[in-house]
Amino acid sequence: MIAALDSGLRHIGARVVDGVWKLGCATRFTATLIARSGASFSRPQLTLNEIYFTGVLSLIIIIVSGLFVGLVLGLQGYETLKRYGSAEALGTLVALSLTRELGPVVSALLFASRAGSAITAKIGIMKSTEQLSAMEMMAVDPYSRVMSPIFWGGVISMPLLAAIFSAFGIFGGYLIGVVIIGVDSGAFWSQMQAAVDLREDVLNGVIKSIVFGVAVTLIALFEGFDAPPTAEGVSYAVTRTVVTSALVILALDFVLTSFMFAGV
Amino acid sequence: MSTEPLVELTDVQFAYDLRPILTGIRMRVPRGKVVAIMGGSGSGKTTILRLIGGQLRPSAGQVKVNGSVVHDLDHDALYRLRRRMGMLFQFGALFTDLTVFENVAFPLREHTSLGEALIRDLVLLKLNAVGLRGAAQLSTGELSGGMARRVALARAIALDPMLMMYDEPFTGLDPISLGVIANLIRRLNDALGATSILVTHDVGASFAIVDFVYIVADGRIVAEGTPDQIRASDEPLVRQFIRGEADGPVAFHYPGRSYADDLGLGAHS
Amino acid sequence: MKRTTIDLWVGLFVTGGLIALLVLALKVGNATTVGASEGYRVTAEFDNIGGLKPRAPVKSNGVVIGRVEAIALDRKKYVAVVTFRIDKAYQFPADTTASILTSGLLGEQYVGLDAGGDDVMLKDGDRMKLTQSAMVLERMISRFLYGKAAEGPQPADK
Repeated sequence: MIAALDSGLRHIGARVVDGVWKLGCATRFTATLIARSGASFSRPQLTLNEIYFTGVLSLIIIIVSGLFVGLVLGLQGYETLKRYGSAEALGTLVALSLTRELGPVVSALLFASRAGSAITAKIGIMKSTEQLSAMEMMAVDPYSRVMSPIFWGGVISMPLLAAIFSAFGIFGGYLIGVVIIGVDSGAFWSQMQAAVDLREDVLNGVIKSIVFGVAVTLIALFEGFDAPPTAEGVSYAVTRTVVTSALVILALDFVLTSFMFAGV
Repeated sequence: MSTEPLVELTDVQFAYDLRPILTGIRMRVPRGKVVAIMGGSGSGKTTILRLIGGQLRPSAGQVKVNGSVVHDLDHDALYRLRRRMGMLFQFGALFTDLTVFENVAFPLREHTSLGEALIRDLVLLKLNAVGLRGAAQLSTGELSGGMARRVALARAIALDPMLMMYDEPFTGLDPISLGVIANLIRRLNDALGATSILVTHDVGASFAIVDFVYIVADGRIVAEGTPDQIRASDEPLVRQFIRGEADGPVAFHYPGRSYADDLGLGAHS
Repeated sequence: MKRTTIDLWVGLFVTGGLIALLVLALKVGNATTVGASEGYRVTAEFDNIGGLKPRAPVKSNGVVIGRVEAIALDRKKYVAVVTFRIDKAYQFPADTTASILTSGLLGEQYVGLDAGGDDVMLKDGDRMKLTQSAMVLERMISRFLYGKAAEGPQPADK
């Protein structure tokens, strides 16, 4: 009994120490990454290629999901608002939920599973097949040549993807609410415009998505870089990227939301 | 040419998380020679290459390449030194998202500002040296193991290095590819006026091409000499290694309790 | 510089993203009608502002003409000081009344301006003299009850 408790405590302790250790490594990794970002700006082609891999290739999933989320919001929102006789507020509901929360959060979750996992796999494979090591021995710094362009590519792509997601979501809400159900088009847009504020809602949403972009790309890069150099290690790392990113996105969203909207 | 050795290791020690890998390595690689570092799996051979390349730091002792102490160099100086080194990794470590041509062009594009036409000529020259000029436009996935290693070799010599390092260049090759690689190592060394260090456990292929051999076991050097001297050695460990005997100073059995104890046949106290 | 198809795609993507942002900014959101530099700033004192918040609209006859910038409590007089910015296109007489009103039964609170008849117009930094505080439900109820009590018991019907 005591022995079991003892080993259990030891196990928990080891996990905690391991986690703190990893956090320290991740911080050092981030610092190195940012310190060696020179090439991402002096050779924009590198960053451009990564915007293609993280941003452009995520477009389809972002557009389709945004549209569907908007459709569902339109339907559910209408059903609820109808009871209070304020179906015209549908535009407000759809636009506020998308710009403030769903746009940044859901597109970040999709980004983590589409681009984040691909980044982890790419870096993990480059590490396990000694491509990163080979690059180092060719006197090319993998931080500045490979990882910092991916980082900046992700940071640039994320807010754009979130904006596209929100725009298509609002279009989806418009399709359901105005085109199909028949809410008055003028009321839909004017109520939306009266309630959605550029700084409070749109800009805060953009800030959120930039923060999520930084977090997801860093997690993906670090997990790939930190993965054991085996096929199994890389596949676990990909899973960890998606899980950790999702948790971090939701936790950060809570923190950011309480900062941004609590005081108003 | 100066008489100072190109690479010199003095009492080098190295440990991974307190687990000692190397315990006092002393080694001199003269300029222009091909030197083999041999030893069983896990004896720390590859670690020696990584120490020379500055990817690892020794816990004690000194690694000197071309007169400078590798682990005292700052980031920029180390990268300048590495431009004059070439390393062939065990499985080639080609960049899988680039073609054969782009792989060989990579160091040229990164370190020189040569025009596209000149880069093309140089890449084809290097590929020709390893006999794969015709494969320039293939993707790395279409290459066999031996071809991948030759492409990696072309990439490693792209900047005409003064020091070439080969990490297990013979592993997993068929006899023909193996012969091709072994010949290339010697030919390129002499043609480039370079110095080569070869980490391997393939006795036959390496003894035919190297000038000097170090045998590493248990983190130290147990024998050194020309291939002929090593062959003539009567040190039991060296003989076991050269002849590939299953049991000897390097035991066949992993250390553990006696077999009888494990089966429960031992006398109970 | 050599152009590749990737560049084209990235260009399209960035353009699409920026258009989406623009749509969100212009079509969906309201870039606040009164910019930080335009308009003039006026303050007004209220005994009670109820639930008025910064950035609440300032309306005149239902038209939004400005926004509340800051709300503070005067430390000497113990009155609420509300600062708001009004679009410079709209000039109001100095004896304009500011009241705190509620849009609808449960809606948000806003500042309503009722224009007076003075020839002198309000200008930047002026303090409005005529104000009407927010209605507070508890006070209204207690006033009503006190009023009833003061009237005394109703004489019996004849």
